[in-house]
Amino acid sequence: MPKPGPLLFFWMCVTMKTIESLEMINISKSFHCVRANDNINVKVSSGEILGLLGENGAGKTTLMNILYGIYQPDAGEIRINGHRISIDSPKASIDHGIGMVHQHFMLVQNHTVIENIALGYAHAPWLFPQKKIRQRVISFSEKFKFDIDPEKKIWQLSAGEQQRVEIIKALINGAGLLILDEPTSVLTPQETRDFFQVLEKMRKDGQMIILISHKLDEIKRLCDRVTVLRKGQVVGHADAGHLDKRTLARMMIGRDVIFSFSREKMPRKEKVLEVADVRVDGDKGYPVVNGISFEVYRNEIFGIAGVSGNGQRELVEAITGLRTVTHGQIRINDIDITNQSARKIHNTGVSHVPEERIRFGIAPNLFIYENAILKQHHQKKFSRRAFLAYGRIKAHTRQLIKDFQVATPSINVQTKNLSGGNIQKLILGREIADKPDLLVASHPTYGLDVGATEYLRNQLLRRRTEGGAVLLVSEDLEEIFELCDRIAVIFQGHFMGILESDDPRIADIGMMMAGTRDLKAGEGADASR
Amino acid sequence: MLHVKVSDREQISALGSFLTLVLALAAGMVAIGLLFIISGVNPFFAFKKIFSGSFGSLYGFKETITKAIPLILIGGGLAVVFKAKFWNIGAESQLLMGAIFGTWVGLNWGPSLPSPVIVPLMFLAGFLGGALWGLIPAILKLRFSINEVISTLMLNYICAEFLTMLIVGPWKSPKKFGFPYTDDLPDSAILSLLPGSRIHTATLIVAVVAVVVLTIVIYKTRFGYEVRVIGENPDAAKYAGIDFSRTTMLIMVISGGMAGLAGVGEVAGIHHYLSYPDSISSGYGFTAIIVAWLAKLNPIYVIFSGIFFAGILVGGDAIQISLGLPAATVAVFNGTLLIFLIMGDFFTKNKVRILAGERG
Repeated sequence: MPKPGPLLFFWMCVTMKTIESLEMINISKSFHCVRANDNINVKVSSGEILGLLGENGAGKTTLMNILYGIYQPDAGEIRINGHRISIDSPKASIDHGIGMVHQHFMLVQNHTVIENIALGYAHAPWLFPQKKIRQRVISFSEKFKFDIDPEKKIWQLSAGEQQRVEIIKALINGAGLLILDEPTSVLTPQETRDFFQVLEKMRKDGQMIILISHKLDEIKRLCDRVTVLRKGQVVGHADAGHLDKRTLARMMIGRDVIFSFSREKMPRKEKVLEVADVRVDGDKGYPVVNGISFEVYRNEIFGIAGVSGNGQRELVEAITGLRTVTHGQIRINDIDITNQSARKIHNTGVSHVPEERIRFGIAPNLFIYENAILKQHHQKKFSRRAFLAYGRIKAHTRQLIKDFQVATPSINVQTKNLSGGNIQKLILGREIADKPDLLVASHPTYGLDVGATEYLRNQLLRRRTEGGAVLLVSEDLEEIFELCDRIAVIFQGHFMGILESDDPRIADIGMMMAGTRDLKAGEGADASR
Repeated sequence: MLHVKVSDREQISALGSFLTLVLALAAGMVAIGLLFIISGVNPFFAFKKIFSGSFGSLYGFKETITKAIPLILIGGGLAVVFKAKFWNIGAESQLLMGAIFGTWVGLNWGPSLPSPVIVPLMFLAGFLGGALWGLIPAILKLRFSINEVISTLMLNYICAEFLTMLIVGPWKSPKKFGFPYTDDLPDSAILSLLPGSRIHTATLIVAVVAVVVLTIVIYKTRFGYEVRVIGENPDAAKYAGIDFSRTTMLIMVISGGMAGLAGVGEVAGIHHYLSYPDSISSGYGFTAIIVAWLAKLNPIYVIFSGIFFAGILVGGDAIQISLGLPAATVAVFNGTLLIFLIMGDFFTKNKVRILAGERG
């Protein structure tokens, strides 16, 4: 149960500025011929949580970026408390009392947590801002159990930790309207519950929140009203409480989504990946993976659950050859690949869907067909001696785009112009088109809409049926439960246990994520799922 | 109140990008024209002098081509490293190192070897010299994360002093009446010139072939693909198993080596002996940065931008004589143009609008 302390602190922060109502009227915005926003009307009043629901590319993020001053609308106006205002920069937006936590984090990678927060903090003293802000950051972190070292550089933090920095950054400025873009995708169930309580309290205090989410449960549970976008247009406004999940989903994608995947049991016989007592150092030079052992078999999806920052990123990097293993052994099909180069490991039959797809997965300014062969360009099928065979590469890309339903006008488009979901489909397609023995997928559906999520999860299951082994790292427990044959829970670089998917202890996985080892059935009943 | 709005431009047509380039050049010319007016010279007259000096006569044009040779060589190499976002500001000293290596081979082996053997050997040595000198900042960056802008820039001074030390010390010729020059290269080591000009044909051919090859390498080969991925997103390159160290060292070998070739061309084609650094090069290594930029980092376009800037160098000499302007005029001219070209890039990548009304 949250103590009153943090709530009070939150409350103080958010009541410094008041916005009674905010309207966005007839907002339109096009990106070279694509209408990202088409005559959109949205209204929020104080004491309301508005849910913004829509598939990837539906225009939610564009709309919110307009509100945050990152894009300028082609047409339409924004009103706060009935007065027309113009927001031409994020700073103007902050001055109007709008705070935003982006889905793709807007942090300076080489700066520390404190420096990043000081950067956006309106009341930062001119000299030595760290001093004043450190205190506030530490009290924030403690009260919300955020557990962030304020001296750490952003690039050393996991995605989850970075998001927490973003949340502090927005709230510390006393945002009256808080825009949250997929806020809970990296929180544990317990953290999510605490976070929700905070949001509910804020609502009671008359604050305004816009919640962008693909999680229908979340929308239903938290939001007073929901606005559904599809292809840049508003397709419905509704009171969230009156709608069931199915109706919401149907509004969003125009058809029914069935969240049940057929996953018949398959025998585990042939071992593909073997990890034996592996230790890995983190960016700061101290060990973050402390002796992990497991195997992954053909026809199996092996899940690693846990709060981000507990060593899963480093473990994945060690398996895929991006990070040095300090102790132990990694074998693929009984071939030792410990500390081999990333290319050699890929050639052995390991492919990798990286976390932070835009940072690692693509070169944004290169064309789609150039990104479609990233990591495979050296292979025979795409090159003739030293030359690339662009004819074959383009043919391959066209096929990939068709097979994996990547929505794009052409393959001669800079990859940065695709939406997040389409970039992820391209990456996944690239990685599994080759039918790798082992597919390592890190947060493959993070921040994607239901349609794309369902599609990508089905592709992972297909890989399993075809005889591949899949190592899935995810913070989304729903995803882990739906897909995995076995689930390992990682905490501070150790596995707290490996559970079969039908193990009754799975109900208490939240306890294991918080560091309880060797859970017995029935224990920890309050971590209900 | 007027205010300026800047937003990302998602796409720009080839024509739009070309027009921006032309406009940037034109705007740069206007700015330079103002400078001419300030120094009391009619800008139209000065521009006419510059371009008639370099392109208006056969003699001038031949001089322009002569000066374009090192610019094309160096600019082609720089286009490759800049594509990978490795900022080599040290082509000037890579040229000098090439000249030093080439001269050593020419002086020592030239007397005993025929021309068809010694000339390729000198070019090879020059390439090697420039490449080795270029490798130093690459290794410093890879091993110790030292910023290459600083290291390449500083290595320029070291190499210039090293060359000066050679010509006043161990390599000083006894036959040059006490001047700090080396011996003349033997006849077999001297490049033949196009009759009636100072165009050393061998280097010109090497330059044109090299930039054509580099264009193919960058846009058609696996290696070129890796260079572009590194330049666009080093994290993705690492993820894709591209060897960052190997690629970085290779492109610096190419870039340094190209500058080294230019150094051999200058010595064996024009000067015939080593002398002070600024008389060997006259800033080709720096001018080539602008050449590569104007070519949009495409090696093949370096041929045109190289000739253009060579023209300005030649025309600059012409107005120094006829209008009595200081020697720094050309440097000011080039620097101003670079600033406008970079501004042009900004306008290609961003949409800028000036709006009237209340700021939000």
